[in-house]
Amino acid sequence: MADILALVEHRQGTIRDITYELLTYGRKLTEKTGGKLTGVVLGHNTDRYTETLKKHAHRLVVVDHEVFKDFNAETYQVALVDIIKKENPFLTLIGNTAFGIDLCPALATKLDIPFTTDCIGVEIADTRVKLTRQLYDGKMDAHVRLSDSSSYMLTLRSGTCAAEEGSLAAEIQKIDAPVTNQPDYKKFIEYIEAAVGDVDITKADVLVGVGRGIKEQANLAMIEEFAKAMGGVVACSRPIVDANWLPKDRQVGSSGKTVKPKLYIAVGISGAFQHIAGMKSADTIIAINKDPNAPIFNEADYGIVDDLFKVVPALKNKIMEMKQ
Amino acid sequence: MELIVCIKRVPQTAEAEVKIDDSGKDIVKDRLTFDMNEADSYALEEAILLKEKFGGAITAVSLGTAEAEDTLRIALAKGADNAIRIKAEEFGELDGYKTAMIIKEAIKDLKFDAIFTGCMATDDSYYQVGPVLAETLGVPHATLVSKIELTDKKVHVNRELEGGLIEHLEMSLPAVFAVQTGINEPRYASLIAIRRAAAKEIKVLGKDDIASEPKLNSTLEELFVPPVGKRAEFLTGTADEVSARTAEIIKEKGLI
Ligand SMILES: Cc1cc2nc3c(=O)[nH]c(=O)nc-3n(C[C@H](O)[C@H](O)[C@H](O)COP(=O)(O)OP(=O)(O)OC[C@H]3O[C@@H](n4cnc5c(N)ncnc54)[C@H](O)[C@@H]3O)c2cc1C
Repeated sequence: MADILALVEHRQGTIRDITYELLTYGRKLTEKTGGKLTGVVLGHNTDRYTETLKKHAHRLVVVDHEVFKDFNAETYQVALVDIIKKENPFLTLIGNTAFGIDLCPALATKLDIPFTTDCIGVEIADTRVKLTRQLYDGKMDAHVRLSDSSSYMLTLRSGTCAAEEGSLAAEIQKIDAPVTNQPDYKKFIEYIEAAVGDVDITKADVLVGVGRGIKEQANLAMIEEFAKAMGGVVACSRPIVDANWLPKDRQVGSSGKTVKPKLYIAVGISGAFQHIAGMKSADTIIAINKDPNAPIFNEADYGIVDDLFKVVPALKNKIMEMKQ
Repeated sequence: MELIVCIKRVPQTAEAEVKIDDSGKDIVKDRLTFDMNEADSYALEEAILLKEKFGGAITAVSLGTAEAEDTLRIALAKGADNAIRIKAEEFGELDGYKTAMIIKEAIKDLKFDAIFTGCMATDDSYYQVGPVLAETLGVPHATLVSKIELTDKKVHVNRELEGGLIEHLEMSLPAVFAVQTGINEPRYASLIAIRRAAAKEIKVLGKDDIASEPKLNSTLEELFVPPVGKRAEFLTGTADEVSARTAEIIKEKGLI
């Protein structure tokens, strides 16, 4: 009877999608283990959350206090240590998100239970937990086993499991906040929205996404010309923004923008899952990459394995010809 | 300010062919190039910037094999003052947790105002060392850090969340910062500095210097090539032929 705990993630008053993925995944695991799925909600004015969450779990444990309105790993940890000790779940599921990355490693260390991060698959066999993780820029997968324990914790990568509607009716248990103030040494102050620039890549039909394969800032001119010939707009992967070659609002991916153009041409982009997360819904994806094993080719509809510095100018010329 | 930076030497696999070795648990490394983990070079730069502004000293720490000393020398050349290598070869299998616990033992007698790590390493993709280190040292942490600003006694810290949203925190030191890429512009080491760093001493610690060997949270059972999902249709031929075909496809979609 392995019970599962899943942490509800919310931000700016909205439950984040990862929550429903975790609850769906947790529900499926309990169907196999015969245990119960409990969702844990730390927040303020939580009725708006629990109303929609009820269907997704057998139980909801709720701590409602202003201090939990916005995430702070310090205050959240205090509450979660209490809850996990008391509930003693077999497995605690957390999203591998900016929330989970900040929370899980320290929380599990405090509780002294085995954990790992960024899992893309979970298998429970008796009292053991076997996980699938991705290593080496997504070029290898690994099976890892957590050291034997009666309680485990992990973070699950978003997109591991599609969220499904639930049909449960959770019993709700409210508990008092064990902490009511943020500590002086770490306080949440505010959210700062990402700056908006002159180009909105989410509105373009055709996007040319450029990645580290472009090598130098000067080479971006070639990509600009190519995009212009296509009537499209230049977007990019994170390293291009990290290097300050393009502004942040051109970045596609989990920490950038989610785009759904009719056509996305990935040029010199390896296809890290954080990038894929932002462009996988494009109608058509064409990838140009000299590495035949680049993960981007698992997502693309059409692949060109060649030097981008040869293909891009040639393709630009063909398109110019066609337009005449 | 006393600053510590954790640095890992990792294989560069983004553009390389990655193969599983005979053990089935590791990759073939002899034809790969190695470099400082990307996020760690930003962590190092952040420490150097703080040192330049407020003075103090930086200790770079790496749990790695002898080759990691090359990476530590790059850190020394860029601006670290001291370097410690902990002999990874003496600790068997490692995960993020065990790595953090070993580093803690190695630095526990050092005074520090801030510890910097990368937010993750590109080889094993854990996001653990920074926050575990903070927890075991009893200091606060912030991960995915995209800005650090020190004023009087407080530190203003930005964390980068999904969609580029920023979380602004106010913290105090000592603390651990797991730094995200893009936070600054990592400098290059000058040739003179590299030459000078070659002569500097790197302190080497082994298992005997660590009070007790920390436990492992997770054991790697096997590596395997990721199952391919929907695979692209590959267009082959000369750049010209491929371009002609691609242009046709784009035209068929009504986009030209
Ligand atoms: C918390 C977090 C959030 C992140 N968020 C994002 C995000 O929102 N968006 C994002 O993109 N990344 C994000 N990343 C980074 C991500 O993990 C990858 O590091 C990044 O996407 C890699 O970018 P890239 O493909 O351009 O570079 P690389 O992975 O270095 O790939 C470069 C590619 O170019 C190819 N190439 C090189 N030269 C040529 C040539 N001459 N011709 C053809 N091909 C060539 C190579 O084969 C390689 O595949 C995030 C990471 C973290 C930890």
